[in-house]
Amino acid sequence: MLEISSDLVDQIVRHARTDHPDEACGVIAGPVGTGRPERFIPMINAARSPTFYEFDSADLFKLYREMDDLDEEPVVIYHSHTATEAFPSRTDISLASEPGAHYVLVSTRQTGQDDGPYEFRSFRIVNGEVAEETVKLI
Amino acid sequence: MAIEVRVPTILREYTGGEKSVNAEGDTLHAVISNLEVNYPGIGGRLLDDSGLRRFVNVYLNDEDVRFLDGLNTSVGDQDAITILPAVAGG
Repeated sequence: MLEISSDLVDQIVRHARTDHPDEACGVIAGPVGTGRPERFIPMINAARSPTFYEFDSADLFKLYREMDDLDEEPVVIYHSHTATEAFPSRTDISLASEPGAHYVLVSTRQTGQDDGPYEFRSFRIVNGEVAEETVKLI
Repeated sequence: MAIEVRVPTILREYTGGEKSVNAEGDTLHAVISNLEVNYPGIGGRLLDDSGLRRFVNVYLNDEDVRFLDGLNTSVGDQDAITILPAVAGG
């Protein structure tokens, strides 16, 4: 189960809306070992694409060094789908490399940049296996 | 003459859980070959037939080796190498 504040959910959704129709991506870091998502870190999608996302490699390095310095880990790794459901694609599954993270998918396919319904779902992706989990707002 | 190599979570299964290991070599390619000797299997996770895997980032100090000389990048014993899988998807 992912326990996350509604404020962080709002920030993720706002980022996804802003970048629509391109995919948005980012991390919520938290103290190592706690599983608590606390620090919202929106990332630039270096691919700037409606069908692909990738953290810029220099930004990725800075992000991991910063988390290391602060004794944090990536508790949530999020990205948006802008034309399809909020479910990991085959590419998402094959490239997932943080078995301890919650992979959050947001879909903005219904209303794009405008307010309205959205999908927000969370998954574990370990060794190519996807398991959806409950999202509990705290 | 040891070079520090920082290993991401997903590859620590090869290093007995160690976050950081020492390796030797005067180029990145030699360092990876040396890692493979001590931690069998790790090399295949970093390299494929065409070289460094597309979704594996390797940094010499804080510079992505793709902007240096790739696998031929020179490495000295004051250097640190960091391996980070790309965070990417579709």
